Amino acid sequence: MAWQFSNDKPIYVQVSDQIVSGILTGTFKMGEKLPSVREFAVIAAVNPNTVQKALSELESVGLIETQRNTGKYVTQEGSIIETARTKRGELLATEFLKNMAALGYTGQQTIRLIEAACKEGGDGHERADA
Amino acid sequence: MSEPTLECRGLTKYFGTNPALHNLNISLPAGKIIGLLGPNGSGKTTLIKLACGLLTPSEGEVRVCGYAPGVESKALVSYLPERTYLPDWMTVMECIRYFQDFYADFDYERAVSMLQSLQVPANAVMKTLSKGTKEKVQLVLVMSRRARLYLLDEPIGGVDPAARDYILGTILKNYSEESTVLISTHLIADVEKVLDEFIFIQNGQLVSYASTDSLREDLGKSIDQYFREVFRC
Repeated sequence: MAWQFSNDKPIYVQVSDQIVSGILTGTFKMGEKLPSVREFAVIAAVNPNTVQKALSELESVGLIETQRNTGKYVTQEGSIIETARTKRGELLATEFLKNMAALGYTGQQTIRLIEAACKEGGDGHERADA
Repeated sequence: MSEPTLECRGLTKYFGTNPALHNLNISLPAGKIIGLLGPNGSGKTTLIKLACGLLTPSEGEVRVCGYAPGVESKALVSYLPERTYLPDWMTVMECIRYFQDFYADFDYERAVSMLQSLQVPANAVMKTLSKGTKEKVQLVLVMSRRARLYLLDEPIGGVDPAARDYILGTILKNYSEESTVLISTHLIADVEKVLDEFIFIQNGQLVSYASTDSLREDLGKSIDQYFREVFRC
């Protein structure tokens, strides 16, 4: 299935975000070979130049590496992946707080809601059938 | 900089006293997928037909990889017309062989495999096919060439959404750094994510020519949104 894109951000940024998500959630494992630019283009249904640009961004932060002649791989450096995970977590948290604030919740109220939700959902583990 | 794949200089075309294109200057590089967008009657088809050599300019000139429209340029251009011209008494396979005869860059294997993917009955007579299926056949023929410039006039207008995805996928799969694809369409939202660049024309004149990313970076807008603003009725 083609990837979904929003209108507000350049597509290459969104492609690189989705590849990072893939790395963080284990779709693309540490040290594993990534699809080629052309394969990504067809999977995501986007322009190959866009994929190329997204991959160069990820390469510049070290999340992926090019091995000569064989293609691009997810890094084997756990610390780089953990940095990306922290960054993504912080981003989601900030965004969530912003959305809650827009609804009129204070930081404290939001925290209480999260705690309640954690208890109900068995400490952060989503119900499989939810 | 290497030679532009398509270059227009002062390109003008009158139909009677009515200017369909007026003093168009544009230069398209190799290796890009470019959208040719504009309201009805803005000159999209006229531009494509001029580049194919089906129309002759009233003023100015058009060049494909340095060649004026003619035998050399036609060998480099693969053109999907807005209406199919294939003889209706031929079978699909006869059309394939017809194209194979005509064009040295025609890839027979690719054509057959595309026909299978699109589930086009290869032995059916063209006359018996639906409008959408005829369009698929025409598109298979055009995309099976290894051309330098693909000029696609409304390639996805008449086919269903699943075939639309397949066609865009085909364009992406066949993408090469040497060739440029110019797609004219109204279905901007559908093609936007495969485009490197887009051209807006209106009343035969260039409104803008920019990269898809820069539009989103500078204005935070999709091409579809931008189009609705620029051409608000």
